[in-house]
Amino acid sequence: MSPNAEGRSATAPSDEAGENPLLRLRGISKSFGPVRALTDVDLDILAGKVTALAGDNGAGKSVLIKCIAGIHAPTSGEMWWDGRHVHIESPRDAAALGIETVYQDLALCDNLDIVENMFLGRERTRRAALDQESMEHSALDTLKSLAVTSVKSIRQPVASLSGGQRQSVAIAKAVLWNSKLVIMDEPTAALGVAQTAMVLQLVRRLADRGVAVLIVSHNMNDVFEVADRIAVLHLGRMVAVRPIEELDRQIVVDLMTTGQSTRVAQPRPSRE
Amino acid sequence: MSKLDDAPPVPEEAKPEPPATAAGYLRTSLARVKGGETGVLPVIAGLLLVSVLFQSLNSNFLTAGNLVNLLVQAAVFSLLAMGQVFALLLGEIDLSIGFVAGLSAVVMAERVQPNVGWPWWLAILSALAVCAAIGALQGSLITRLGLPSFVVTLGGLLFWQGVMLVILGSGGSLLIQDAQINAISSGNLSRLAGWVLMLVVVGVYGVYTWRVDAHRREAGLTAPPAALTLTKIVLALLGGAALVVLCNADRGILLPVYGVPWVVLLVFAVLAAWTFLLGRTRFGLYIYAIGGNAEAARRAGVGLARIRTYAFILASFTAGIAGVAYASRLRSISTAIDGGTLVLYAVAAAVIGGTSLFGGRGKAIHGVLGGLVIAAIDNGMGLLGFSAASKYMVTAVVLIVAVTIDAVARRNRPAGT
Repeated sequence: MSPNAEGRSATAPSDEAGENPLLRLRGISKSFGPVRALTDVDLDILAGKVTALAGDNGAGKSVLIKCIAGIHAPTSGEMWWDGRHVHIESPRDAAALGIETVYQDLALCDNLDIVENMFLGRERTRRAALDQESMEHSALDTLKSLAVTSVKSIRQPVASLSGGQRQSVAIAKAVLWNSKLVIMDEPTAALGVAQTAMVLQLVRRLADRGVAVLIVSHNMNDVFEVADRIAVLHLGRMVAVRPIEELDRQIVVDLMTTGQSTRVAQPRPSRE
Repeated sequence: MSKLDDAPPVPEEAKPEPPATAAGYLRTSLARVKGGETGVLPVIAGLLLVSVLFQSLNSNFLTAGNLVNLLVQAAVFSLLAMGQVFALLLGEIDLSIGFVAGLSAVVMAERVQPNVGWPWWLAILSALAVCAAIGALQGSLITRLGLPSFVVTLGGLLFWQGVMLVILGSGGSLLIQDAQINAISSGNLSRLAGWVLMLVVVGVYGVYTWRVDAHRREAGLTAPPAALTLTKIVLALLGGAALVVLCNADRGILLPVYGVPWVVLLVFAVLAAWTFLLGRTRFGLYIYAIGGNAEAARRAGVGLARIRTYAFILASFTAGIAGVAYASRLRSISTAIDGGTLVLYAVAAAVIGGTSLFGGRGKAIHGVLGGLVIAAIDNGMGLLGFSAASKYMVTAVVLIVAVTIDAVARRNRPAGT
């Protein structure tokens, strides 16, 4: 079923296109007690490309990204990062490799300010105390570079921000670290039209800079606007990983709902 | 550093310039107060109100003698409340700290009995070590086994009371004859030492505050203007001078008594240490993060169990210091210590001071100010000849009023979507 099913070996298997992917997953399974959330999932994530992860509710999208982000340890399976065999056992491991995740609930502490949220878990210290100036400068630079300029003060608590501003802070938090892979879980679900466009533009620019982006979305418009490749999960199995040119909405919907599709994509003009 | 080269058109209004003048900074601060970030303003207003009320009813309230007495009475409440703040910041509660304080006093008193004869400092250290171990035990039960802190520390309240009774014997008590330990609550600094120490403390505070603010101004970050920084330092100096003048006045009845009580210094030292720990270190930030959104903290790689356990250790440790101050004031420790009421006063003091019961909001200073309010009510009503029953009722009303102020202020706070 999977296009990547062959080529499993102890060393990093080479890519079908001859290029080594940034992150390669092979045979990833995850069980919660008797419940199998993921079965034998294979996936390649390429640098500089936006990979969209599609699937119906309960298909295992969230579990898969949590396995990559180090929140869940996979029950079995192997991962290669840049051709190196790795075990990601904690969020710290993931962060050390350069994997950052923007969660659907944004994972922000309402009582902390923007700088504190952006640096949470990786504060800079000078002697025993926090180095507030240095962190504030970096946070300001990053927000400016992302054109997040609507906040009054970066020392205001996150509780006082609007939904779009909170999303911006969460993305800026992921970008602040020189991350190589940014995972986004439904980044546009709670946003209006203008803010959605802004976030998608941001996703595109991240990929153009060479960052690998893995984006989970229910919204087919967003997926087809921003993605280079689409991976479809169905009941915990990876049923397709294809370039966007070989897919159209109907095929993706078929794959999401039934796990297969007999349609052939109509040739479409390239996005550029 | 991650930077994007071409930024998209900015959809919303441009960022307003940081306020450059003192007036502008004050305006921003005022807006924050109106927005529900009232800080310590309500409790200070409450303290002033209580003082005016009691002074108008009994002119002895605002005498030097009574106010210094009040500071000494408040010390135990303030120290306990500072311990409780650690638990409350996590959104947890520690009901055991009243009797942990009692046990600390018993351990210390037992170690300095003539037939044991430990030096006073070793006795105090051993008492604090016992308290820290109790905190580690309770904290581990709460974090490693996932038991509710309410139940674990309720068990602690009963258990440590039992241990205390076993050591003291039914109705028993231990007298403390050690001069140094008794001096903590009843001894005073000399007048000169009071002044010198106050100037040193304000000097260190002033240099530190000035350097932080000046550094921020130079770095081009939002910072209070120089005039405001100076005002803060001058106010600290005036406050310190007022305290020393008050304490240096002769408050003796038969013999002259004057000077800053040691226990006031003790409270200041603990306040400074815990304020630094909570406000300036990574550990403190993690406590706030866990209280605000434990899941977000966990995903950021914060070791929840470790930080929570340390918070409970600090709560018990601070309670141990409170126990030392308590026994020192009574020059003895007996089974009469009511750890149940003490812990409820500690929670009340923290909440009256402005700490949230739901976690994530609170400071060490809240415990000190709340402790002062509770001691003021206790002291003022005592002067007026009211019974313990009416003291309880008035304290309860103040607690409810404090929570109401917080709830009303919070309604004005913009809701996080």
